[in-house]
Amino acid sequence: MTDVDQRHPLVLPRYRPVDEGADPPLVFPGYGSTVLRGPAQPLVLLPQSLTELTGPLLGEGRVTAADADLTRQHPGQPHGQRIKVLGRVLDGAGRPVPNTLLEVWQANAAGRYAHRVDQTPAPLDPNFTGTGRCLTDSDGNYEFVTIRPGAYPWKNHENAWRPAHIHFSLFGRAFPQRLVTQMYFPGDPLFEHDPIFNSIPDPAARQRLISRFDLAATEPNWALAYRWDIVLRGRDDTPMEEA
Amino acid sequence: MTGGVTPSQTVGPFFAIALSWPDGPYVVQPGTPGAVWLRGQVLDGAGDPVPDALIETWQADAAGRFDHPDDPRGPVAGFRGFGRCGTDPSGRYAILTVKPGPLPGPDGAVLAPHVAVSVFARGLLRRLVTRVYFPDERAANEADPALRAVPAAARATLVAEPADDGYEFDIRLQGENETAFFAV
Repeated sequence: MTDVDQRHPLVLPRYRPVDEGADPPLVFPGYGSTVLRGPAQPLVLLPQSLTELTGPLLGEGRVTAADADLTRQHPGQPHGQRIKVLGRVLDGAGRPVPNTLLEVWQANAAGRYAHRVDQTPAPLDPNFTGTGRCLTDSDGNYEFVTIRPGAYPWKNHENAWRPAHIHFSLFGRAFPQRLVTQMYFPGDPLFEHDPIFNSIPDPAARQRLISRFDLAATEPNWALAYRWDIVLRGRDDTPMEEA
Repeated sequence: MTGGVTPSQTVGPFFAIALSWPDGPYVVQPGTPGAVWLRGQVLDGAGDPVPDALIETWQADAAGRFDHPDDPRGPVAGFRGFGRCGTDPSGRYAILTVKPGPLPGPDGAVLAPHVAVSVFARGLLRRLVTRVYFPDERAANEADPALRAVPAAARATLVAEPADDGYEFDIRLQGENETAFFAV
């Protein structure tokens, strides 16, 4: 059945857990939707196997260069401040994660998503869908061109507003590295009022979701630039005997 | 190296504009020999359907192989292994796949056929991970190290039900018969 025989017992490297304090809790009452959706039972520690050492390596043939420019998907220019968002995808040991698929989505400059469920009283922009994707290059670099998204109100609590953000989805190299998160912009006055941002227990870990303004990466007469590096879980390459 | 791992944030309610792929639910093409539908419903702690969840699956092929360079047995090209489906207004998802083969485990152990599942949704600040096991693999399931790590009373939540054209696997996020979820 398998090519791994008894003389060569299967010894696999394993992916390290997320840093203490970086994982938001599953039930966080300040974010009301977690109350009925977060599991109540403790998670079961999974013995990692070949299923976790591997993962989907997608994107070749699924992504074109145009997918990384959210400002050129329609006949006209979208409203808003044109920006570049760029950075590197690394693992917990600082090694680049090459050729990995990034998918992004965001509200338009007025703070509304091009999604039928979003009824925020702000205009849709016929020239902005707010979705993009790209693959990291061989050194883990990625880059998108978009417009700066607006903040928007939501119904979580009285006068609730989300800080401006861009959603990111990444696969990494293996199943444990899968990450869905949000990138924020520096100096947003809404941070202290946002339960989603503040659900991360460690305040230092929250800061890792905030991009920084990068003057050197701006395009003169064209676009401002924000840099944001993404760190996925690292792998222990010293295999541990599973006795 | 400063910093640490980038924290997770919720996928939110609007992911479908970016994460819905026309071919997402098709781990294998329709007509593939052995193709089965893996279907189910996602329910919240009140028993209500979750109409804005995203289900992703990852699995070996029918022979227990992955198309991945880190598989120490060598990759087998051509099997995507990945499925993705958003839930519909009644909280249901459907993924067309093949039943995976067993996998080698430590010390010559054999792992029962299983499909890894990720659940994302508004109200989930990070993904949930669970596994689908198969009802016609009773002996293999009883020996499987991951299933044995689950409290005995919750193991049945990870075993799919047979259906006419495949398997049914409901996911209860909270409450009675809460699905067992893993820390990976």
